[in-house]
Amino acid sequence: MLYREAGQYKTGYTADMAVFPIAQDRAGIAIILAAVVLLPIVANDFMLQAVMIPFLVFALAAIGLNLLTGYTGLLSLGTGGFMGVGAYACYKLTTFFPEVNIVIWILVSGLFAAGVGVIFGLPSLRIKGFYLMVATLASQFFLQWCFNRVQWLYNYNASGAIEVPERYLFGWALTGARATPTVRYYVVLTIVVALTWIASNLVHGRIGRSWMAVRDMDIAAELMGIRLLPTKLLAFAVSSFYCGVAGALMVFLWYATGAEYNVFDINQSFYILSMIIIGGLGSVLGAFFGAALIYILPIALGFAVPALLAPFGLHIGADTLEHVRLIIIGALIIFFLIVEPHGLARLWQIGKHKLRMWPFPY
Amino acid sequence: MKRHLIMAGAALLVAASFAPAPAAAQDSIYVPLMTYRTGPYAGSGIPIADGMRDYLTMLNERDGGIGGVKLTVEECETGYDTKKGVECYEQIKGKNPVMNNPYSTGVTLQLIPRAAVDKIPILSMAYGLSAAAVGDTFPWVFNPPVTYWDGASVFVEHVAQKEGGLDKLKGKKIGLVYLDVPYGKEPIPLLEALSKRYGFELKLYPVAAQEMQNQGSQWLNIRRDRPDWIYLQGWGAMNPTAVKEATKIGFKMDHMVGVWWAGSDDDARGGGMEAKGYKSLNFHGYGPNFPVLQDIKKYVVDTGKSQFPKEKFGENLYNRGVYNAMLIAEAIRAAQKVTGKKVVNGEDTRKGLEALNITEARLKEMGMEGFAAPLNLACSDHSGHNKVYILEWNGTKWQKSTDWTSPMKDVVRPLLEAAAKDYVEKNAGWPKRSEACAKAS
Amino acid sequence: MDVLYKVLVDPFLQMGGAPDLFVQTLWEGFVVGTLYALIALGFVLIFKASGVFNFAQGIMVVFAALTLVGLYEKGVPAYAALLLAIGAMFLIALGTERLVLRPLVNQPDIILFMATFGLTYVLIGLGELIFGGSPKVMIADQLLLPKGDITFQAFGGIVQLQKIDIAAAVIASLMIAALAVFFQKTRIGRALRAVADSHKAALSVGISLNQIWVIVWFTAGVVALVTGIMWGARSEVSFALQIIALKALPVLILGGFTSIPGAIVGGLIIGLGEKLGEFYWGGLVGGGIESWLAYMIALIFLLFRPQGLFGERIIERI
Repeated sequence: MLYREAGQYKTGYTADMAVFPIAQDRAGIAIILAAVVLLPIVANDFMLQAVMIPFLVFALAAIGLNLLTGYTGLLSLGTGGFMGVGAYACYKLTTFFPEVNIVIWILVSGLFAAGVGVIFGLPSLRIKGFYLMVATLASQFFLQWCFNRVQWLYNYNASGAIEVPERYLFGWALTGARATPTVRYYVVLTIVVALTWIASNLVHGRIGRSWMAVRDMDIAAELMGIRLLPTKLLAFAVSSFYCGVAGALMVFLWYATGAEYNVFDINQSFYILSMIIIGGLGSVLGAFFGAALIYILPIALGFAVPALLAPFGLHIGADTLEHVRLIIIGALIIFFLIVEPHGLARLWQIGKHKLRMWPFPY
Repeated sequence: MKRHLIMAGAALLVAASFAPAPAAAQDSIYVPLMTYRTGPYAGSGIPIADGMRDYLTMLNERDGGIGGVKLTVEECETGYDTKKGVECYEQIKGKNPVMNNPYSTGVTLQLIPRAAVDKIPILSMAYGLSAAAVGDTFPWVFNPPVTYWDGASVFVEHVAQKEGGLDKLKGKKIGLVYLDVPYGKEPIPLLEALSKRYGFELKLYPVAAQEMQNQGSQWLNIRRDRPDWIYLQGWGAMNPTAVKEATKIGFKMDHMVGVWWAGSDDDARGGGMEAKGYKSLNFHGYGPNFPVLQDIKKYVVDTGKSQFPKEKFGENLYNRGVYNAMLIAEAIRAAQKVTGKKVVNGEDTRKGLEALNITEARLKEMGMEGFAAPLNLACSDHSGHNKVYILEWNGTKWQKSTDWTSPMKDVVRPLLEAAAKDYVEKNAGWPKRSEACAKAS
Repeated sequence: MDVLYKVLVDPFLQMGGAPDLFVQTLWEGFVVGTLYALIALGFVLIFKASGVFNFAQGIMVVFAALTLVGLYEKGVPAYAALLLAIGAMFLIALGTERLVLRPLVNQPDIILFMATFGLTYVLIGLGELIFGGSPKVMIADQLLLPKGDITFQAFGGIVQLQKIDIAAAVIASLMIAALAVFFQKTRIGRALRAVADSHKAALSVGISLNQIWVIVWFTAGVVALVTGIMWGARSEVSFALQIIALKALPVLILGGFTSIPGAIVGGLIIGLGEKLGEFYWGGLVGGGIESWLAYMIALIFLLFRPQGLFGERIIERI
């Protein structure tokens, strides 16, 4: 009833090409933005620190991977490694130049990840599909080995891990143990929203279209004058930039105190990949859906399953809960793929479309 | 329409599940245990988790808790994954926990700076950051009864004893086979320092975490280098694989010593009779023949409150869990004594941990005579640098093979203090100790 | 200069200086290579017949071995447990075909890949739920697998061959031979190859795709069981074992996703390459390079021969 576009007239091409052509969509986005901005008023530390911050960080990494895999059609399993490059670059930068604000270094560290991404993206010129995926595994394992072995990267710390120093933003502690989740949440939110906006513009513009052309048929794209080499490498660079920033955010604003190299292991890569496939390949929105399903749902299940069993007098051990959680998540992944192979983003579109037609679907 | 209903239902469920969990009742003490019964390291995680849980349950059943206050024991599953560890910590934090047992070096490192801010002490029993033993720098972190560096020094002492004196170490080759993660690399600085001091050669054999069960090349290297002794700092599936590989290349098993985390029954069992002679450091009793374990059997196992397989009762890692839980309980007891309160919180337990003094008499009272060495912590010494002894595998079981040995505190302590200083320098703004030093009254 | 000497000359001097160790390294590489080849074989079978990149192959190895040992621990005789484990693999194949493959037929490869991801989670959860997370000792003796080693003086030193490794190599070879015969000579084998060539054409001559998929997943399950037994006997049966399966991926790149001989030769190259690399060159950078060396070998190889050793040129590449 409310979701109608009747009466909204477009008077120019720009309006017609807008990302959100319908007024209700714009209102919806505004409401969501307002809600996430106001969230810290009602949410407790757990909600911010264990749910929202990681959700945003993972969503950002998923957007990064989606630019590469979803839009350009290049499968990659190097996400964890690229995130790690961002985190370690940020650590080195902020310990070399402590006077520069950490937020700047978090963004700059993405550039280092982009550089590394371009180098490991070179094989994509000769191979694609699963072959490329396995080739990117080389970068994953090699980078992981470097994080562990090159002591210079973690400043020769006896712990062998990144020890996040305390840094401030406008007088508030932003990293370290004293930083409150609220402050960190706002900074993460700002960065993620800004980068999401950029990504959305990127994929709707010339660059995004050339990526999609390469994805859909590279030979045709080449004939149309899109040069494959720079296009693919650009995709690797931008994607790795996003992943790098996400990695830096993860260590500095989510974990906030320190992290071992193995948070960037191969499982992280699989984790992000599963987010974009479930969320929807080639959809910025899908990255958020995927991150929600893969990251938040298990946490929710951790509360919901015991709560559902409690009325029957059943108590469930922490380990059994974990097993049940795994089975449910696995089954849900398969279920969602069967229901809609193009991901939750597609499901969302269908839902919106149905709503527009309601109550007279054709 | 049906699908929409399902969706709406799912959304409701998700929303409902975030409703705050009921806070722990005021008249009990909340003891969270971060454990891992799943994932690649579950084999080591399960016995420890059960040991801790069963001892605390036994206290509830037998004594009605500690000082008349019941304990609320809650496990949070980490799967040895830092990500889940962080999530667990957030769940635990709001429930007024007396302390935190992260049971993973990665999670411990992550939580060390938080401990002081959130006022929740960390008890990382013989794991985590070695430098945390320096209480002046890390007032909120405790790693009794020994650090990895103490352990490695006992290993060197043992080698010296078998070789006939510390001066005989000169020219010997000692190999360190370790899991290539920060945990595994812990003993390297100490062994390097000792190798300079005593003139033995240190050879390093890293095993990557994803190659835990594929150690062929490391052991080929060992065959080539022919080290006289091997120190094994492994975890999970890496240990049994290492023991098996050692038997395969015909390494003298009594010249191979594992750190205490390489001393699970399962670690040696895979090697069977050929692994006879394999040694492991240990700091608590082995087997079910201690009064305290008999009490656990009586009150917990026989009443069906334990999840642990009966035939494995009293195995090494299970007993380690019991020892860990004993430290928790004694810290709470000490906190009650120091503060005079019945229901203690994190701040009180921190004081209790610093005032922890487990004497021979107290051990006897707890039915732990011979199970553990007396332990005395102090404000500056959060580890105790306690005595350890060495177990030897006889083909089917562990046997005590040496007497309790003291670590080389004179070597370890200065190194620890240097490491703590280094930590403070690198973490600019690390707070100076402001917590007063409470003495046991 | 010194660096160059250490990289280019010294390792070869070492090889010549201690030929016994060189032979031992080759042997170790050969054994590990056959085991890699076995895991890769599981991948290839499924990829060939159904175009699915089966991420769950690793957990299938664990699940199969765990079922075997778990049942034995519950009092089932060893050989009955073996049969039951094979039965369990059949059930998994059947379940996968019914619940995962059939509803997802004709979907893009990546979607099917993702579905096997879900399958992995389910199998991990199920395995831990039924058999617990504790590692288990492989019942090698009960299955009459040989123990001990053969040691002989040769090449100026001692060369040691583990009987279990010899058995692994022999069983792997037999398995591969049996599969080859199965593919070449039997009716089902020919149907399998037809399906691999073209789903539609196979359907039109009356081959049941669903049946073929069950058979192929079941075969891969049996291969997984053999791998699990062998690898479990080398170390232990635990959930950490599934990580080993990732080692099959560089093998696949080398050998091609669809070639059985490729999987074998690729496995041997990766096995030998990484053992030699780690043993003679690993020390230069502190060791532990095995974890990525195999991928690097595969990557360099890819630049020169993108279709793999025996891969079909049909596979779409630039």
